Amino acid sequence: MRASAPAMLATVRVLYFAAAREKIGLAEEEIELPAGLRTLGALRSHLAVRHPVLGEPAVRGAVNQEFAGPDTVISAGDEIAFFPPTTGG
Amino acid sequence: MPTVSVQIENFDIGAALAAITAGRPRVGGVGSFVGLVRQEPSLISLTIEHYPGMTERSLHRIADTAMTRWDLIDVTLIHRVGTLLPGDPIVLVLAAATHRGEALAATEFLIDWLKTDAPFWKMEHLSCGDHWVEPRQTDETAKNRWG
Repeated sequence: MRASAPAMLATVRVLYFAAAREKIGLAEEEIELPAGLRTLGALRSHLAVRHPVLGEPAVRGAVNQEFAGPDTVISAGDEIAFFPPTTGG
Repeated sequence: MPTVSVQIENFDIGAALAAITAGRPRVGGVGSFVGLVRQEPSLISLTIEHYPGMTERSLHRIADTAMTRWDLIDVTLIHRVGTLLPGDPIVLVLAAATHRGEALAATEFLIDWLKTDAPFWKMEHLSCGDHWVEPRQTDETAKNRWG
């Protein structure tokens, strides 16, 4: 099978912050979306196999810099983030 | 038009107050909140991490929400990031209105929402090691009372 040009790959950029970043050992990674994967919740389950911290219910998600729930539809090129509850202020 | 800033350097409360009131004779009151690094027995310093881009977007969203809920003239939100020492200022909230009721209520709303809806995380550097600050249930309760 021929390799696709990079621009054609269905990838998303995934960012991790704070305790999630430390537990995962990465600040960000490029993830190729498996065929049929459509939602933030599905991506989270997919990644949780490698990054168990994403299975913790308190961890929150964002899509394109907006807080997002598990049913949020994602697509190639999106910026996804996972992080613990915020503690600013 | 709300003023939002995420910055390493300290903020000048007097300058921020002057900026929000300058040329606005209708301002009758400015509600303010200043959050500081609280001194704790073993606390050496505090490091605040954030999500660049989403942080500014979230602060604008929170400020705009306050502007639609109360009759405000303007809002200022300044939050510091990086490493801070006990006693250092962390956050400044200003809400300018014609009357004090709106200014004070909006100030409280802004700091309550900022705690739960803006992507900042605090790490404490203690004499026994580092640890991430856990969110407090009271923060969520404080936010939710605004509906």
